Amino acid sequence: MGIELIRGDNFMTTTLASAVNWARKSSMWPFPFGTACCGIEMMATLASKYDMARFGAEAVRFSPRQADLLIVAGTICNKMAPVLKRIYDQMSDPKWVIAMGACASCGGIFDNYTVVQGIDEIIPVDMYVPGCPPSPQALMYGFTRIQDMVQKGRGQSLTATAEAVPVLPV
Amino acid sequence: MDLAILNQKLTGAFSGMAYSTAEACGQATVEVPADRVKDVLKFLRDDADLQFDMLLDVTAVDYPARTPRFEIVYILVSTERRHRIRIKTRIEDGRALQTVSDLWRSADWGERECFDMFGIRFDGHPNLKRILNPDNFYGYPLRKTYPLRGERDPAFLDYKETEPA
Repeated sequence: MGIELIRGDNFMTTTLASAVNWARKSSMWPFPFGTACCGIEMMATLASKYDMARFGAEAVRFSPRQADLLIVAGTICNKMAPVLKRIYDQMSDPKWVIAMGACASCGGIFDNYTVVQGIDEIIPVDMYVPGCPPSPQALMYGFTRIQDMVQKGRGQSLTATAEAVPVLPV
Repeated sequence: MDLAILNQKLTGAFSGMAYSTAEACGQATVEVPADRVKDVLKFLRDDADLQFDMLLDVTAVDYPARTPRFEIVYILVSTERRHRIRIKTRIEDGRALQTVSDLWRSADWGERECFDMFGIRFDGHPNLKRILNPDNFYGYPLRKTYPLRGERDPAFLDYKETEPA
């Protein structure tokens, strides 16, 4: 591009999509769905020692309509499943989902009559963070991978509703 | 709770009733017939020397090989007298007990849990429906006959309850 040559280092040219996606990934607002011990690790990740604010994700929203990242941290039992599904449906597109820990990913050790064997039985999942519970570092790694997906315009909610919602091309 | 005093009290108030006592780890247990259990509990609550004013838990145990099959356990505490006791009774599948939720409010949820998990009915209960499992749940999961993995279990195809909720 020629404009940088003319105006010096004060300009950067890019596409609108990558600028928007950069803004999105740098200010994700997570909805904390902490139902078990993973929730404690998630709180530690959000708190000052590990500090998700470094990635721009410190604005935790307890209203799904204001959040674009659902962190499901903990065991989801059959009685909680409709609640989780409803919260996911209430979040506005585009949205991303992290299944944090073994329980949210696959039911974990709870192979019994009460526990959903992975939240992907109910809602689409973008990132599985393994561990029981995962360390804050693991959650942060998963989150930065989500950021990569956001920058590239990828995500289950984007592909699932590609027809209905106009998606900015990258 | 001193068993000697309790024996004296029970024989005085319920002459002719067959009951048994046991003591383990310093805690007294009394097993009474199912049709008298509410009378005994009411007596234990109202007697001036016993004053069991708190019902800590109502729960059940499933012994599939036994007849009667279920054992219902009431754990009582007296906050006035500082003693505690367990009252047990046995009941067959499909039979109902009298509710004690009118004696202690805490029996309300305990009996609902018994109904939810074991399928034991309590006559006179104000709101006997499932408490922990979803309302559309089939079966009584703490019965030994219930398949551990529920609907995903191959054994669930053969699982039938005698009396659906």
